[in-house]
This record gives sequence, C-alpha cells and structure tokens, in this order.
Amino acid sequence: MIDAAYTDDPEARSAARRHIVNRVVIYGVLSLFAVVYLLPLFVVVFNSFRDLPDIAQRGLIAFPRSFSFRAWGEAWSTFCINGTCEGMRRNFFNSLWMTVPATILSTLLGAMNGYVLSKWRFRGSDILFTCMLFGVFMPGQLALMPWAFILGKIGLANSTLGLILVHCVQGIAFTTLFCRNFFVGIPDDLIKAARIDGAGFWRIFFKIVLPLAPPILIVTVIWQFTGIWNEFLYGVVFTSGKAQPITAALLALSANQTSVHNYDVMSAGVLIGALPPLLVYFFGGKYFVRGLTAGAIK
Amino acid sequence: MVTTAASPRGAGTTPDWRTRLSEWTPILVLAPSLAASFVYVFVFTGWTFYISLSDSSLLPTYGWVGFENYVSLWSNRRWNIAYTNLFYFSAFYVVGSMVVGLLLAILIDQRVKGESIWRTIFLYPLAVSFIVTGTVWSWLYDPSAGIQHFVRAMGFESFTFALTTDRNLAIYAIIITGIWQSSGFAMALFLAGLRSVDQDLIKAAQIDGAGVIRTYRKVILPTISPIFVAVAVVLLQFAIKTFDLVAALTGGGPGISTTFPAIFVYDLMFQRGQIAEGAAAAIMMLVALAVVLVPYSFFIVWRRRREGRGD
Repeated sequence: MIDAAYTDDPEARSAARRHIVNRVVIYGVLSLFAVVYLLPLFVVVFNSFRDLPDIAQRGLIAFPRSFSFRAWGEAWSTFCINGTCEGMRRNFFNSLWMTVPATILSTLLGAMNGYVLSKWRFRGSDILFTCMLFGVFMPGQLALMPWAFILGKIGLANSTLGLILVHCVQGIAFTTLFCRNFFVGIPDDLIKAARIDGAGFWRIFFKIVLPLAPPILIVTVIWQFTGIWNEFLYGVVFTSGKAQPITAALLALSANQTSVHNYDVMSAGVLIGALPPLLVYFFGGKYFVRGLTAGAIK
Repeated sequence: MVTTAASPRGAGTTPDWRTRLSEWTPILVLAPSLAASFVYVFVFTGWTFYISLSDSSLLPTYGWVGFENYVSLWSNRRWNIAYTNLFYFSAFYVVGSMVVGLLLAILIDQRVKGESIWRTIFLYPLAVSFIVTGTVWSWLYDPSAGIQHFVRAMGFESFTFALTTDRNLAIYAIIITGIWQSSGFAMALFLAGLRSVDQDLIKAAQIDGAGVIRTYRKVILPTISPIFVAVAVVLLQFAIKTFDLVAALTGGGPGISTTFPAIFVYDLMFQRGQIAEGAAAAIMMLVALAVVLVPYSFFIVWRRRREGRGD
C-alpha cells in the first residue's frame, strides 16, 4: 500500500489515501475510548499521591503538583472507618483470608466434581449436573435470609470463616461447570486404558487428569479469586465493623464522609481494594479472558 | 475416601467390599458438593419462598398469609420505581454495552498494532469490583470536583454535568458507568466470534466486490449471531442482579429515585425489618431471571438439536 503512494496510478493513489484515512479513524476512535476507559484509573492513582489543598483547589481531574505517600499510609493503618481508626489493613487481610481458602477449596471441589461428572458418569449424573448449574444463576438475594439463619446457628455469623463457607458453596457451581466442560475433552480412551492397567479412581485423577488440568485450574482460580475478592453483598450483610471484607469497608469509608471529602486517602483506599484483582488481571489476563468466554458461552 | 486411595490394585486381587467401595467412590466424592448445592439452590429458594408467604417481620415467623406480601409489594411505590428502573437500565445497559463492545471489537479486528494493549485497556474495568468502579465514578460525577469542575475550569463556565444530584438523571449515571464496566466483556466475546468466522467466507464476499461494511453486515455479523444472544443474556443477568454498583454510585438516591430490585430487597430485609415482603421481592428477582434464562436454555437445546450433535 505504501509503495502504491509513489506510483503515478491515480486509482492506486486514492486507494492509498483512503487507507490512511481509515487508519487515522480507527486509531482515533480507539484512542478516544481508551481515554474514557483509563480516566478513572489515572484519577485515583494521581489523587492518591496529591495533597488535599491541591485537590480541593484544582478538582479531581488534574496532574499532580504535589507528591507524597502520606495518603497511602493513612489509608492503610490510621484512617477512621466506622469509628475505629486502624485504616483498611484489617479489612484487606479479612478479604485475603477469606478469598484464598475459598478459592482453593472451591477449585479443588470443582476439579473432583468435574472429574466425576465427565469421566465417571452414572445414571442420573447429567441431571444432577444440571441441578448444580442452577447455583450459577441464582441471585444472592434469595440466599440472604437462609444464610443469615444458618451462620447464626452454627456460630459463624460476623466471621471470615462464615464468608468462606458461603463463597465455597456458591462457587462450587462455577468451578464444577468450568472443570467438567474441560475434562469432557480428555479422550475417554486414555481413561479406559488406565483402567485396564488397573488404575483406580484416584490414581487416574492424580496421574492423568490433574497433569492435564492446569489450563482450566488457572482459569478457575483467577475467576474465583477476583469474584470472591470483589464480592460485596454477602460481605456487607453477614459481617460488620472489624470483620468486614474490603469491599464493604470501602463503601463505609466513602459513606462516612459527611462534610469534607478526603479524596487523597479514599483514592489510596480504593487502590488498595482494587490492587489484588488488578494484579491478577495484568499477569493472568489471557486466562481471565478465557474464563470469561468459557463462563458466558456455556 | 482415604482408604480407597490406598488401594490402587487390580480388581481381581481385591476383596469384594473394596471393589464395591471403589464403585461408590465417584458418588461419595460428589455427594458433599451435591448436598450443599441442593440445599443452596432448592432449600434456600423454597425457604425464601415460604417466608414470602408468611407474616414474618423482623425475624422469620411462620404464620401463613398467602400472597398478601406480593399484593402489598406490587402496590408499593418504591417497588414500582425499582422495577421501572430495572427495565430502563436493562434496555440501555445491554444495548449500550453491546454497541460499544461490537464497535471496539470490529476496530480491533482491523489488524491494529498493539492489539493486546487495546484489549487490556478495554477489559480491565471488569477485573475491579463494582464498589471500586461506583466509588470512583461517583467522584467524577460530583459537580464540584469531577467532570463538570474540570470542563468549567477549562473556560466553559456554563457547562453542566450533574447526573447524580438530579433524581431524573441519576439513572443515566448508573447506565453510563455500567456500560463503561461491561462493554469490554462484550468486546472480548465479539472479538472471539469475529476471529472464528471462516476466512474463506470473507474472501468470497470480497471477491464478489463487497466492501468492508457490507462484508460485516451481510456475512460476518450474521454468522456470529448466537454470540449476540449469549452476550445479551449474560448482560441481562448482570442487570437484574445489579446491587453493588448502585450502592456505591448513588446509594439508591437522590431520594429513592435509583432504587433497584436488589437494593429494595436488601433494604427491606436488613434495614426495615420487613423480611416477608423483602423475600417476596427476592422471589420476583428469581422470576425475572427465569424469564430471561428459561427461553434461552430452550434456544440452546433447540440449536444443538438442529446442528445434530448431542452433548
């Protein structure tokens, strides 16, 4: 196309010009959208390093003129939320101790369930699988009252352990779906051959299925981790104050602001809450997208 | 379960009870998850339904009142606002996200440089929580510090952009933010679809003299139509469950103007102690989901049958 620009053929020249115009339009529109998409991210990052007078004077959308880590320190360990002045540190670790075990547990269960439902089918297993899938679609609001009652009965109300239980039970539907659909693709002959060689249920699982499973396990772990970390409804309903995960604390933080907006500390707080899933996304983006498409199309 | 793990010997040498136990292993492995899922899906739903038919107020009680709560729900002005908002939001949010997503997917599909960078930019909102998104956007909508302030400071003194403080416009703030968050998802699915279209088909259209737009309209988009349906269904599902975004962005306000069904349920159950009516509203959310998902699953089954492969 570029060569064509140097020829004397007028048709080729107009085609080349059209090509350039096309490219300009394509990159122009993409850049416009990119600005809109990145604006909020830049706003929080910048404001977490600016000081308050600067923000108050020039608004939220501006390049930093001052630079300090003070807001980060405050948001992490001294800022007051709901009357306790310990920052978001505690809520961050609540989220971490909730998300990591719930992710691991639900992924393990999902892998075993998916293995049974794809390679050890029995009469009625497909129907049972379909019933489990309802869990994917069920709105959390339906489970609020029953969970509140059960968590109260077994003494796990207002605790991270309770939230782990809730997220595991809800997560099983997703993880089972992901793993089952992946394991279906493993050739049955492979399993049959192993059975003829005398391998049992567990040996086939550990020696054949699991070594093939990392692609789907990564997808599942990423999906569960970001989903559970970002979850808000259960966090705000089943826990309060110091036991809250970070999403609930973030809302309390911004709802707390009655007169003065501490945008600097809140920006740092928002980033602290957003950082773990963002890191997972930037380092495992490929798998994240794969999980998205797998979860949606099925 | 642990004992069977230790007996990977051939069936011929193992005692009878062991073989029988290993026959049951798959079911034993599945059983806890099945039981939990069964309780979660059916018992919880049943229980919530039962509460919606009871005279519960602050705590669950089991006096039977029939469909009284549903009657009072549907005559509740706030519920009226909630489901009107839901219809409104769903329409704009689903169509908007799909239009933006399709546009971005088609643009990226034009062999642009740095494809993965563009994709990363448009998809990252999906990784962060609605709480984060809603909080940050509520600042941007804040007339005295956000976008309005920014544009006015550039010299456009009369510029007004104050969606979240206006009870008639606040819903648009939620719609815009929702589209911002979800259009990347639509883009990812559409892009995957565009890439799966048979290249020969596109070449044939081009040989026939069809331009780019015509090729998309007549050849490419029709072949990925199932993806449109899938994206619409997933987005509708998100819309019905919308809770965090509204809680962080407007808190249902100003006044009660941006109440959504999920906000309504939460409020009745945990702020006002009217759990029976809250349960009735939760059941209505389930009904709304069923209205979307049941026809969709029939559609999927029908399409699989037509393609002639069972799964």
